[in-house]
Amino acid sequence: MSTTAVFGLCAAVAAGLGLYGLIAEPYPLRKLLAFNILGSGAFLLFGVVARRGAIPGLGADPVPQALVITGMVVAFAATALAVALLLRLFHATGMATLGADAAPDADARPIDD
Amino acid sequence: MMASLVFDTGLVLLVMAVAGWAILARDPFAAVVGFVVYGLLLALVWVRLAAVDVALTEAAIGSGLTGTLLLGAAARLRGDEAPAAERPGPLLRFAATLLSACVAAGLAGAILRLPENAPTLAPAAAQNAAATGLGNPVTNVLMAFRAMDTLLEKVVLLLALVGVWSLASDRFWGGRPGPRYPVEPHGALSLLARLLPPVGIVVGIHVLWAGADRPGGAFQAGTILAAMWVLVMIAGLSDAPQVGQRWLRLALVAGPAVFLVVGLGGLVLGGAFLAYPMAYAKPLILAVEFAMTLTIGATLGLLLAGPPERRSGA
Repeated sequence: MSTTAVFGLCAAVAAGLGLYGLIAEPYPLRKLLAFNILGSGAFLLFGVVARRGAIPGLGADPVPQALVITGMVVAFAATALAVALLLRLFHATGMATLGADAAPDADARPIDD
Repeated sequence: MMASLVFDTGLVLLVMAVAGWAILARDPFAAVVGFVVYGLLLALVWVRLAAVDVALTEAAIGSGLTGTLLLGAAARLRGDEAPAAERPGPLLRFAATLLSACVAAGLAGAILRLPENAPTLAPAAAQNAAATGLGNPVTNVLMAFRAMDTLLEKVVLLLALVGVWSLASDRFWGGRPGPRYPVEPHGALSLLARLLPPVGIVVGIHVLWAGADRPGGAFQAGTILAAMWVLVMIAGLSDAPQVGQRWLRLALVAGPAVFLVVGLGGLVLGGAFLAYPMAYAKPLILAVEFAMTLTIGATLGLLLAGPPERRSGA
């Protein structure tokens, strides 16, 4: 089995694990973490495709690499926005869950404090 | 050949195990620490895939900054995990396992069945490398061949920051983000925040400068600078700036603004938006990269700091 195939399988497993966490984890923070692992699996697939596109003098196709670098920065920005939303939810309702019973409780502070 | 395959297989098994730990660990802190380790191991995978630029980005942003962000959130949400009753039932967990296994198997099958002769843009990138005078093909793609992606990505970063800031309460608008961290004059963090930034800033500038011809570039350099800034803020040596300040806003728009000006200049001089006149391609790209590094550093640091939570004076 070639190197790229081994890393390709790694990417597939990372995507699968991330998807499982995204569905099965009840806590939004854990969902966010799982979503990042899912994303890293997708990035790794790009890396495998880039490595397969190697030519003499270039170890890997630079175009997918550049796309992945851009993607990682955007993934961080999206994660930061999600974390800010989550902390705001916690601040406003005193809870950090998304369940049906996550309604504001009596002593929660109002949103516009 | 055999030895490298054994190494790669061992590395992949380790990555999978740590990913599983990060997903399944009970304690959120343990999960986030697992995620950071996962990111660092993934950086090794990227090196093995001959993508050193991506490895630097993964270690700095994927593992470092995202890990710091999630750790901070886990600390603030501590003790608020919902009761165990909220965990999904066995049926849903089984269905999720089945679906995830199917997706993983499908991806694995697709990867193993890829055609023998992989399509590649590497020859095109190598042929046109002389046009910009830069030796790093990834920087060439980021800054010249697909410059539009990079420009729009800068705008996405700014939009995310606007989104984070807009979560502030009205009375804190324009104030300082995050809590004021106490200084421990003789603490380890305080020492680290004094020793590391001079080295880190030099390394950041070097990574930017070296990025023209070797692995590195504005993204990685900006992340290193942001990390140094955040370290000094967390150690309490310097307070977070008020987000309403003019110099801060200028730093935040410097990258996209210079990029846009150069792009519009290309419309006049080079005949197309973001076309660089051949003779000035390298200096123009370096100018854009310098402005971008400043913007990336400021934006990432402020994204990590969060929305304003204190009055301007506090």
